[in-house]
Amino acid sequence: MADISANFLGIKSPNPFWLASAPPTDKKYNVLRAFEAGWGGVVWKTLGSQVKNVSSRYSAVNFNNTRVMGLNNIELISDRPLEINLREIEECVKLFPDRAMIVSLMADNNRNSWHELIKKVEDTGAHGFELNFGCPHGMTERGMGASVGQDPEIARMVVEWVMEKATIPVITKLTPNVHSVVPTGKAVVEAGSNALSLINTIQSVTGIDLDTFVPNPFVGGKSVFGGYCGPAVKPIALKFLTTISQNPVTKKVPVSGIGGISNWKDAVEFMLLGCTTVQVCTAAMTHGFRIVEDMCEGLNNWMDEKGFKTIEDFIGKSVDTITKWEELDINYHHVANINQDKCIHCGLCYITCEDTSHQAINLAYGDPYNIYSIKEDDCVGCNLCQLVCPVEQCITMVEKRVAPEYLNWVEFKKQGLPLNDH
Amino acid sequence: MIKPNRLSPEQYAENFSDIKPPFDNKEAALVEANRCLFCYDAPCTKSCPTSIDIPKFIKQITTDNIKGSAHTIFVSNILGGGCARVCPVEKLCEGSCVYNLLNEPPIPIARLQRYSTDPAIENKWELFHRKPDIPVKVAVVGAGPAGLSCAHVLSREGINVTIFEKEAKGGGLMTYGIAAYKVTPESCQDEVDYITSLGGIDIKYNQTLGVDFSLDDLQRDYDAVYLGIGVGLANKLNIPGEDLEGVEDAIRFIYDLRSHPLNKIAVGDRVAVIGMGNTAIDAATQSKRLGAKEVTMVYRRTASEKTCTQHELDIALLDGCNMLWLAAPKEIVGTNGKVSALVCDLMKLGAPDKSGRPAPEPTGETITLQVDMVIKATGQSPYTELVNQEHLDNQKGKISVHNTATNIPSVFAGGDCVNGGKEAVDAVQAGKDGAAAILDFLKIKSK
Repeated sequence: MADISANFLGIKSPNPFWLASAPPTDKKYNVLRAFEAGWGGVVWKTLGSQVKNVSSRYSAVNFNNTRVMGLNNIELISDRPLEINLREIEECVKLFPDRAMIVSLMADNNRNSWHELIKKVEDTGAHGFELNFGCPHGMTERGMGASVGQDPEIARMVVEWVMEKATIPVITKLTPNVHSVVPTGKAVVEAGSNALSLINTIQSVTGIDLDTFVPNPFVGGKSVFGGYCGPAVKPIALKFLTTISQNPVTKKVPVSGIGGISNWKDAVEFMLLGCTTVQVCTAAMTHGFRIVEDMCEGLNNWMDEKGFKTIEDFIGKSVDTITKWEELDINYHHVANINQDKCIHCGLCYITCEDTSHQAINLAYGDPYNIYSIKEDDCVGCNLCQLVCPVEQCITMVEKRVAPEYLNWVEFKKQGLPLNDH
Repeated sequence: MIKPNRLSPEQYAENFSDIKPPFDNKEAALVEANRCLFCYDAPCTKSCPTSIDIPKFIKQITTDNIKGSAHTIFVSNILGGGCARVCPVEKLCEGSCVYNLLNEPPIPIARLQRYSTDPAIENKWELFHRKPDIPVKVAVVGAGPAGLSCAHVLSREGINVTIFEKEAKGGGLMTYGIAAYKVTPESCQDEVDYITSLGGIDIKYNQTLGVDFSLDDLQRDYDAVYLGIGVGLANKLNIPGEDLEGVEDAIRFIYDLRSHPLNKIAVGDRVAVIGMGNTAIDAATQSKRLGAKEVTMVYRRTASEKTCTQHELDIALLDGCNMLWLAAPKEIVGTNGKVSALVCDLMKLGAPDKSGRPAPEPTGETITLQVDMVIKATGQSPYTELVNQEHLDNQKGKISVHNTATNIPSVFAGGDCVNGGKEAVDAVQAGKDGAAAILDFLKIKSK
């Protein structure tokens, strides 16, 4: 049995699965249920000046039969009185001392507000802070949330205030509503932030009701940009994460990964790109807290299969495999191969290649089943046919190197080698 | 004893309810519609005699474009509603669904087809518009699948079509010749009404060719004629006792059942059904569902040679019908002029015959079934006398055609009266082919 426990800046949790700052971590009732279900830690929903929420807060994007491929919300930070939150945090820490209790903060924009809030939260016995510099809706109109995270200098200033006062670890949560998360990430690390977490939600309009002509969520005839999350945003989160894990400044601090993590495989991917822990929200909101059982078991089994004893053994293992395009090996070439025994003759490989790619698949008409085969000489190895094929391992990509030696674009140009024939 | 009214109204209602009910809700339909892979040059479409673009209509269900979906179906098969109920899909579209190759259940194409066509027919969606009237008149004989399909295509081009139908209702075998739990008389009527709602199609009922009018009349009064007259009653067995009271023709039996209240239909205590095609299955299952105590299907070959589909055979078996394989009727025995027993030769399989199937040969032994009703369902006979009377070239009553044209100028034919009896969906395609040939003959360019 592998050891799946995590140690994040000394904050220990029995597994690396935390619940992200969001509705599931809004109060004691939910958090105790989460801990009972087995979650390693929580990031308590953001505390700050008390706000008022509207009714109708979420909307979703469905894809074919899958509901909530992406989730959008326009909720603000916690709308419960600070004192109740503080008391409940303290109670949760006492009842489950082995779980990580991080508290998300978004104070008003002045040093005193931050200092007061930090003091009050530290008194609860919480283990760490997460600074909410990412909320993309509502709070931004008041100069908070993403308004802070989008400006590296403001973020730096606020982190400096926080670090003056905080005695427990500070994680800064980054907004993806920027062209790059690195400038803000760098600024806050330079200002002393002990760790980073990313991504917060992405500004979105999830869809428009074709009868009312108003986007969802519908609030009395209007809507507003919301924060998008869930499986749909995972690839974007992984990209932002990679830039943090590769930057010389930001890569020095631990990262808690967020963005569409629904199962242990997603979690492993975030960890391979540098995360020590991961945070989950949408998957829990769409299936309940019980999903953590398979997350723990799946991670454990995978680590056993790979021979990893602790999560430290594989964290960051994939960071260096993402490189610049011009360093890719142009001599690498592969072509598709269709396993005729597995083919069910749906023709999707053919029509996608024929209509949209390289016309590299042969069609031999049959009644009722056509036979499809690859024209190897025309196949550029784009992978499209393999991606659309509904049968596992029916289309495989077979390596056929152009030449044995590594050759990148820079070298290719230098040697004046010929471009593609067309 | 052969008698009607064996069941309570509730039992009749239950026994004759829809055997393949539509989806209860949108979600159920979407689960299946979203499973469809949207195959290219799809095997299901190629296996449909009318070439319905099945992946397209299913995709349209997933995009909430039900009107578009219904149009996709009807443009290829105007009887798409009825065909969704009666087609032996397990040997057509669903039988060739690529999921079968993964040993997974195929897409329930027929049920999805009902999902789109039922609301179209119920709400009378105007999915087709006639071109402006042109001074061309075409007569269609027979308001069955072939005739209706032909009439719809022609009317869309602005032609005025008159259909002559010998029965009091349209739909042909769809209305009169198919088990009642597959299509209800109401759904048949709705479908006919929906087809004629296009306009330009006038159906004259109770008009029999050769009795009320002749082909000469039609040739004189119309620019072209399409014959979709179908086939007649069941083949004779040519064995002693065939004229006894209690010997029924399967087509007549189903016709009566479809055109009268169920409690008026008489059925025996112990019924023998001769044959193993889909009509035989319909006759057997309906007898059982009407309250017959024992129904035995008699077939001279084995299950491997049966002409019904396995799906149909399973319905009969689940209804509790007995199967007597390798038995050929030899004599029907009567008491006081009424059927009392069926004597069969026991057979064995020999060398292949013309059909390529092993030919049954008598073993010399016989078996006697104590029955009071015998239903014949060994295929149907064409209207040989009628087509000869009208001077139509034919082969044993099946009208000979060349690209749907008969030997008589301006007279075209298709469907069961040409092929001897196939599926309704084949007749729909025959009607389309006939219409295309007529348009060509009249030098009318479609589109």
